[in-house]
Amino acid sequence: MSTAEILSESLRPGAMWSWTLKRGDRLRLTDTEGGANVSALLLNADAPLERYNMPDTLKSQFIAFLTKGNALHSDMGRILCSVVEDTCGWHDTLCGATDAKSTEAKYGPSGYQKFRNDRHRNGRDNFLVELGKYGLGKRDLPVPINFFSKVIVDNDGNLLWQDGNSRAGCFVELRAEMNVLVVLSNTPHPLDPSSNYAPRPVRLHVRHGEAPGPDDLCRNSRPENGRGFSNTETLFPSLFT
Amino acid sequence: MPTLVHAESALHPRNAVHDEILPAGEGWIHPIKAGQYFRILDLEGNQAVDTLFYNAADPSDRYDAIATIRTQANIFLTTGTRLMSSDGNVLLTITADTCGRHDTLGGACSAESNTVRYALDKKHMHNCRDSFLLQLGRAEHGLTKRDLGSNINFFMNVPVTPKGGLTFADGVSAPGKYVEMRAEIDVIALISNCPQLNNPCNAYNPTPVRLLIWDPPVIA
Repeated sequence: MSTAEILSESLRPGAMWSWTLKRGDRLRLTDTEGGANVSALLLNADAPLERYNMPDTLKSQFIAFLTKGNALHSDMGRILCSVVEDTCGWHDTLCGATDAKSTEAKYGPSGYQKFRNDRHRNGRDNFLVELGKYGLGKRDLPVPINFFSKVIVDNDGNLLWQDGNSRAGCFVELRAEMNVLVVLSNTPHPLDPSSNYAPRPVRLHVRHGEAPGPDDLCRNSRPENGRGFSNTETLFPSLFT
Repeated sequence: MPTLVHAESALHPRNAVHDEILPAGEGWIHPIKAGQYFRILDLEGNQAVDTLFYNAADPSDRYDAIATIRTQANIFLTTGTRLMSSDGNVLLTITADTCGRHDTLGGACSAESNTVRYALDKKHMHNCRDSFLLQLGRAEHGLTKRDLGSNINFFMNVPVTPKGGLTFADGVSAPGKYVEMRAEIDVIALISNCPQLNNPCNAYNPTPVRLLIWDPPVIA
């Protein structure tokens, strides 16, 4: 571990995880074997009523997926995180997470009594458990992002799953632009056509870093992002003293 | 552009149990009982009607845009679309649609997002989230900003390209177009008739809509 590194751990298949990133911290997710899907929630850790807003993120950047250079917008006109590195190229914003009903329908019954810790966990239940640790519940759930998964939309509006988007070793790195509560669920993408419940292990790294300067890629990739960064920086007035 | 399927309703406005005009920039919160039919009519064309629904028995179970598009594996709402809740219930089913396509990815405008999308000095302008919050604040359901998820934009056309671009395409609505849905359980409807003055989608001219409710037809 370098001196700046705070944490390095494996997110097991089916597992959930949460962490509060401080402004400037980097979170890297690495798909160690290829074919991973990590459903993710982002909320303002200091005031979690402010959370990731899928429409504002997409509208501000005229995008329907995430990659390097994008910013993740909150519902308050601010930036939660930026995507500062990405060797995968496409992360899904449209399909959300699995739930108990769809998981059982697709993969069969999988109660703890029989399957113990290999039971088929689902995204929504993982989120409810992890959010519960912060006093938050289903009313606080933002739209999840699905890291490492690709779903395209055809001209008729159909959602089409794309196989093989993430290869072994692909990683994506987020930089926190405010203090951000990140909640992860390593559970299958809801449109993954495989009927075999097989989430892949994912490596997580968190390290301290600097907040971005004026020449930052994500700040400057769209004028909308620049205004979002400007709104965010007013939350951290010590920057200007 | 794909062909849009239009489906008309046999219900006549003279038989409606509720019939009102909602001017642009106004909010509306109203119960719709299981079995009732609810129609939104675009009086002047290409007006965005930002809409949310809640399960009346448990409003923490709310309209879920992502569950709705995931369930039908298609981003557009039209006849046959089941409007899904976050707990997996069907809130309403779209039973008629003379427009052919409605958006649920574009969300609602807010004072804060106006500063990002248009200019920092647009914060004072009226917006959909303020209308939502005022309706929730006046009502007695105990709902707040916590309960605002991603909404429907009836009469808006927001296609996604196969390369992943989000576009705000020309409107597909016109004066007199409507969408009608049947409540499958008791729901609360929350509407902001969008006041946005910065967006060409409504030709910079927000206009009124007509809201109608019919009781379930009596089966002889």
